[in-house]
Amino acid sequence: MNLTFTEEEDAFRQEVRAWMQEAMPEGLRRAAQGAGGLNFEESVEWHKLLYAKGWIAPHWPKELGGTGWDATRRFIFNEELEMVGALRISVLGLSMVGPLIMQFGTEAQKQRFLPKILRGEEFWCQGYSEPNAGSDLASLRMTAEDAGDHFIVNGQKTWTSWAQNADWIFCLVRTDPAAAKKQNGITFLLVDLKTPGVDVKPMLTLGHAPAFCDTFFDNVKVPKENIVGGLNQGWTVAKALLGHERTLLALIGPSRHVLHKLKHIASTKTVNRRPMLEDPKWRAKIARLEMRFRAHLMVSYRALSDQQKGKMPGPEASILKLVGTKLIQELTELAMEVMGENSLTWYNEGVCAPIEESIGPYFCYERSATIYGGSNEIQRNVIAKMILQLPSR
Amino acid sequence: MDFELDQEQQMLAKTVSDFAKNESPVERFRKLRDDGTGYDPAVWRKMGELGWLGVPFVESVGGFGGSFIECAIVLENLATTLVPEPYLASVVLGGMTLARAGNATQHESYLTPMIEGESTLALAYSEAQSRYDVSAIETTATPDGSGYRLLGEKVWVLNGHRADHLIVSAKASGGVTLFVVPREAEGVNVTVAKTIDGQEAAFIKLDNVAVADDARLGEEGSGAVVLDRTMDYAAAAAVAEGVGIATTMLQMTVDYLGTREQFGVKIGSFQALQHRAVDMYAESELLRSISMASMVRADEEDPRTRRGDISAAKYQLATGGIWVAQQSLQLHGGIGVTDEHDIGLYFKRMYALNALFGDQEHHVARFASEPSSF
Repeated sequence: MNLTFTEEEDAFRQEVRAWMQEAMPEGLRRAAQGAGGLNFEESVEWHKLLYAKGWIAPHWPKELGGTGWDATRRFIFNEELEMVGALRISVLGLSMVGPLIMQFGTEAQKQRFLPKILRGEEFWCQGYSEPNAGSDLASLRMTAEDAGDHFIVNGQKTWTSWAQNADWIFCLVRTDPAAAKKQNGITFLLVDLKTPGVDVKPMLTLGHAPAFCDTFFDNVKVPKENIVGGLNQGWTVAKALLGHERTLLALIGPSRHVLHKLKHIASTKTVNRRPMLEDPKWRAKIARLEMRFRAHLMVSYRALSDQQKGKMPGPEASILKLVGTKLIQELTELAMEVMGENSLTWYNEGVCAPIEESIGPYFCYERSATIYGGSNEIQRNVIAKMILQLPSR
Repeated sequence: MDFELDQEQQMLAKTVSDFAKNESPVERFRKLRDDGTGYDPAVWRKMGELGWLGVPFVESVGGFGGSFIECAIVLENLATTLVPEPYLASVVLGGMTLARAGNATQHESYLTPMIEGESTLALAYSEAQSRYDVSAIETTATPDGSGYRLLGEKVWVLNGHRADHLIVSAKASGGVTLFVVPREAEGVNVTVAKTIDGQEAAFIKLDNVAVADDARLGEEGSGAVVLDRTMDYAAAAAVAEGVGIATTMLQMTVDYLGTREQFGVKIGSFQALQHRAVDMYAESELLRSISMASMVRADEEDPRTRRGDISAAKYQLATGGIWVAQQSLQLHGGIGVTDEHDIGLYFKRMYALNALFGDQEHHVARFASEPSSF
């Protein structure tokens, strides 16, 4: 057993950190650390800088534009990226639909879509949830009717984050309403958002980022060549994505980032005329969460240690989303508490320090953490069944 | 970064776990508890023969030159069936202290026989007012001829009523100092007290006990630093044991949920209980993961890299580990609160581990006061 990074890995971290310090323009840096984080244009600018460096898709195969780094270097890179300012909309292409196209797509699809994802020329959003299909995703109703060489798509998708900026949407649609098992009548379909009949209506989230959308489809014509993974095979494709997401949602980088901010804020505020960070009670509150973070970090290191050896992470990786999302909520909540009355601030300039301005919106945004990517209640259902093998009714 | 045990470590884990299952099932703990014997010197000798008592010690004293990781492996696996032999008290508390503080002659006289399973040790460090501070002691060591006289009272000395030798902390003019004292020396008055987990500990009155100069471990005043270090080993050891306890309790509970029927169905099919079980799984995996960090860190000399993960691990035992114990009992229903069912025995052991070597508040305060944590 060995819990330290090697000298080469530490040097790699320094190299990544130094480059990010140098390459990220001051304006982007300020925006990333401020209220709401990077907006769409800023995120695209950051994407293109990373692409030019060759670091945009470390987890992709080298021949498709990846870096060829091992699991540990990818982990380190992600941590550093999340510390300076995580990419936003890019993730949907790079980490969600991209890997699925690689795994299930045709050669033509790979050539058509992957390079544009890589270069930041096309952005993607996800069309899974519907107003009446949330946790019970398999009951989705958006239809794709067979019309010869194409489908006619009708219905509504919701929580389609960044659809207002995206070029394409990857959807789960119902292609066989008569299938005995509802999971078997679903197809994974790529839709160009510029197609006539598509209507995107953004809505504000609690964090006031215009991230969510309702996306409506009214007799939208979609060529059959946009099926990924075969007709009525959509559920299998979607499940593969859940596997990709598992370690992504441990939120190690974001947690570390908030912990840093939290301590910084506590060092600038006073209680009984002394810095809060010197007050044993406040230090203890922070310490409790930091110790929890360490335990969580060790679970993700265990998964990393498996991946580094080319093995699938063990069953304990299934708790990463459950623990990490709760932790980020507790951390942002403590940051709010440390700010006291300053936690009232909402997208002001010059009222509070920028780092404090960033907390409220982020706190609100991460209320979604325990809901997105399969709500934590659904996660528990799955772990109870798949890992603890508890009986079903 | 590698969290996998090497091949020898995996083999050690398997051997100890097989021993626990086959040769010391919980009934054995129960029997020795009920007949007042506590543990069996013959089994202790066998552990010595198998080499388990020497895993963390250097070869020159008869050890196997391993690391604390091997110690933690033995502890975790012995805990799965509550094996009562005094591994923690004798190998970790007594042995690690002696190994660090003693000279070659003292190692040969006291440590080597313990490693061989011929004797056991105990560490008498805590006093009524100590509250996890190894320096907050009132026992004195007064010069007397070429040696010392020890005067004071020690509390909750694990294995203190059976050990061949006690390691006693006392204040000499140079500060906290450690001495080796035969349990049967004149003036050592031992009272046995039962503990919540079905074991026993000793209250020890030292009534002007005469010790020779060569019973002193190290220089006068060197004791506190050694004991601080031992407490880190002990905390990591308690956590390793806690992993064995938590994992076993979780498995027993999952098994129970899968067999017990009410309302005509297995109760494990109820979502409320499934979700509870999943949260128990999460807490026990967090405990196992941070325990791995603490067992590796325990051997680090630099306190700045050693303490953080050890406190974090003991904190997780106090929060997550205790919670797993509570919920295991709750999910067993009425049978869980009988002495007849094993689950309660594990429950009590978890609380004993929680109370030893720094509780939740102690480790939160320590972590919070550590500049390197912040």
